[in-house]
Amino acid sequence: MIFCQNLTFSYSPQKKFKFPTIRCQDGEALLILGQSGRGKTTLLHLLALLLRPESGEIILNERPVLSLNSNEIASLRANQIGIIYQRPHFVSALSVLDNVLMPNYLAGRKQDKHKAAYLADQLGFGDHLDKKTHQLSQGEQQRVSIARALMNDPTVILADEPTSSLDDDNCERVINLLQEQSARIGASLVVVTHDQRLKDEFSNQVLL
Amino acid sequence: MNLLKISWANIKDKKLNSFLSALLLTLGIGMISLLLLLNKQLDEQFKRNIRGIDMVVGAKGSPLQLILSSIYQIDAPTGNVPLAEVNKLKMNPFVKTVIPLSMGDNYRGFRIVGTTAQYPAHFEATVAEGTLFNETLEVTLGSRVAEATGLKIGDTFASSHGLDAEGDAHDDVKYRVVGTFAPTGAVVDQLILTDLSSVWAIHEHEEAPPAGVKENDPAHEETMAMLGGAPRSSEDKEVTSALIQFRNPMGLITLPRQINANTSMQSALPSIEIDRLFSLLGVGIDTLRALALLIIFIAGVSVFVSLYNSLKERKYEMALMLSMGATRSKLFLMLLLEGLVLALVGFIAGTLLSRVGLWLFSRAAEQDYHYTFSGLTLLPEELYLLLAALLIGALAAALPSLGIYRLNISRTLAED
Repeated sequence: MIFCQNLTFSYSPQKKFKFPTIRCQDGEALLILGQSGRGKTTLLHLLALLLRPESGEIILNERPVLSLNSNEIASLRANQIGIIYQRPHFVSALSVLDNVLMPNYLAGRKQDKHKAAYLADQLGFGDHLDKKTHQLSQGEQQRVSIARALMNDPTVILADEPTSSLDDDNCERVINLLQEQSARIGASLVVVTHDQRLKDEFSNQVLL
Repeated sequence: MNLLKISWANIKDKKLNSFLSALLLTLGIGMISLLLLLNKQLDEQFKRNIRGIDMVVGAKGSPLQLILSSIYQIDAPTGNVPLAEVNKLKMNPFVKTVIPLSMGDNYRGFRIVGTTAQYPAHFEATVAEGTLFNETLEVTLGSRVAEATGLKIGDTFASSHGLDAEGDAHDDVKYRVVGTFAPTGAVVDQLILTDLSSVWAIHEHEEAPPAGVKENDPAHEETMAMLGGAPRSSEDKEVTSALIQFRNPMGLITLPRQINANTSMQSALPSIEIDRLFSLLGVGIDTLRALALLIIFIAGVSVFVSLYNSLKERKYEMALMLSMGATRSKLFLMLLLEGLVLALVGFIAGTLLSRVGLWLFSRAAEQDYHYTFSGLTLLPEELYLLLAALLIGALAAALPSLGIYRLNISRTLAED
C-alpha cells in the first residue's frame, strides 16, 4: 500500500505544487486525473522517490520512507516499486528479454527467465523476446515495460500516462493488462493521466 | 546478465565508433609492441654473437663494416690482410686467442667461412652429426644451412664466387660435407665452416689466369682480393679478418692503437661499433615510438569522444536504470568497463598484429641476411603496455562518465 499527505514541491518560487492526500491499498487501483501542468509527473516522481518533497509524508507498506538515505531508497525502488513511463524507454543495446530481466539484476535478485517468458506470453509479446526493443511497435513496447515493472513483484506500481501514445485498441488492452497483472500480485496500482478514455476504467479517482 | 554483458552490448551497438577506437589502440599498441620485440631480438642477436670477441682486425676501411662482415656476416668484407701479420698478434702478451677468418664464397647464399676449430668452439657450437672439418675442402654445416639446402654428410657441392648465390661457380673443385652443427642461435647456424686451407685451395687453380685474361687484369685482381687471396707462397697467404680475445682489459687500451698505427690492418671494437649502430638506428626507433604514443593518445581521445556522445544519447537509459534501483557507482563502473574492454581488445589485437609484423620482418630478414627472429611469448614490457592501455581506456571512459553522478533522474525522465 502507498499513502501520502500534505506533499508540497516547488521547482521555483513561482511554481509551487500542493498535492491532495492519496491512499491506495494493496490490490487496489487508483486513477489520478489532471490536465497538463497540474504536476502529474511531479507527483508520480515524488511517489516513486525520484524527487524529494519540500514537506509532507509518504508511507510505503506502513513505513515512512522520506528519512531513508539514498542507498536505501535505491534498494526500495528496485524491490518495491515498479514504474511505467509515458513513452516506453529501454536500454536500446539489449534484447527485449534482457530489458525485462533488468529489474531482477538491478535488485540483485536471481534472473528469472521463466517468469519473463510467462509475463511475455501473458502480455502478448512472447515471440519478440530476442528482438531489440526498437523493432517493436509502440503498443508492444508499452506492454514490455509493464512486464518489466512486474518482474520484482513490487508492492506499488506507478504508471505515468501509460496510454497517451496508444490508439484506442491498444489503450484498452494495456490498461486492462495493467489492472489484471497488478491485481494478480496484489500490488497497489496508481495511474496518473490526462487521458479521458481511462475515466470509466477505475472506480477510485482523484482529481488534481 | 551482468555489467560486462551490458557494456559489451553497448560496444556492439556502436559498432563503427567502437571499431575506430579499437583500431587506433590496436595500431598504437601494435607499433610499440613490435618495436619492443625487434629491439629485444636485435639486442639478443647482436649480443649473442659479440660475446667474448673483444676486437676484430682486418683490412683498413669502415670499422662498422669490418664488424658487420666478420662477426655478423651481413656486410661485404673490407679486404684482405696478410696471414703473417695476423699471426704476429698471437705473440702479443695481451692476446688470448686469435681466430682467423677467410671468406668470399658462398653456396646458395650461405657464406663459406674458412677458419680454425677455434671458431665453432668459441660460439659453443657442437657437432650434431658427423665430424668437424679437418682436412682441406671438408665442411661442417650450420644447422640452418643443413635445413635449407638439404645437404647431407658425404654430399659434395661447388661454391660460387662472391657473397650472393649468383656468382660464378667453381665447378671443378668441390667441397665435401663431413658434419652438421647443432643449432646455437648464433651466427654459426647460417654458415658453412671449412678449414682456412680450403679457401686457398679453391682459388689456387685460378692463379694461372685462363687464356685471354691478362696477368695483371685489374678486374681479376680485385676479385682475388675479395676472395681471401690465393697464396703465391706461404708468406703471401692472406685472410679476410681475425677475431681477437684479450687476456686482460689492458689489451683494450694499448692494442687497438698499436695496430692502427703500426700495421697495414685496422682494429675495430665490436661494443663501440654496435653502440654506434644502435644510436644511428635509435633516431628512427624514437620517431616511431613517438608516433605510436601519439596514435595511442588519439585512441584515448576517440574512446572519450565516442563515450561522451553515446552518453548524451543514453542519458535517458541511465536515468531509467537509476529509477529501477541501480546505484550511480554501478552505472559508472559499467561505463568504465566499456573503456576497459575496448582497451583490452586493442591490446590483444595489437600484440597479435606485432607478432604478424615480426613474422613478416623475420621472413624478409631471413631472405636477405639468413637471420631468423622468433619469440611469440609476451614480453615483460608488454605487461606494462597492457597496464598503460587499460589506464588510458579507464581514463578516457571515466572523464565523460563522471556525469552520471550529476544526472538529475527526475528531470531527465520528465524531459523526454
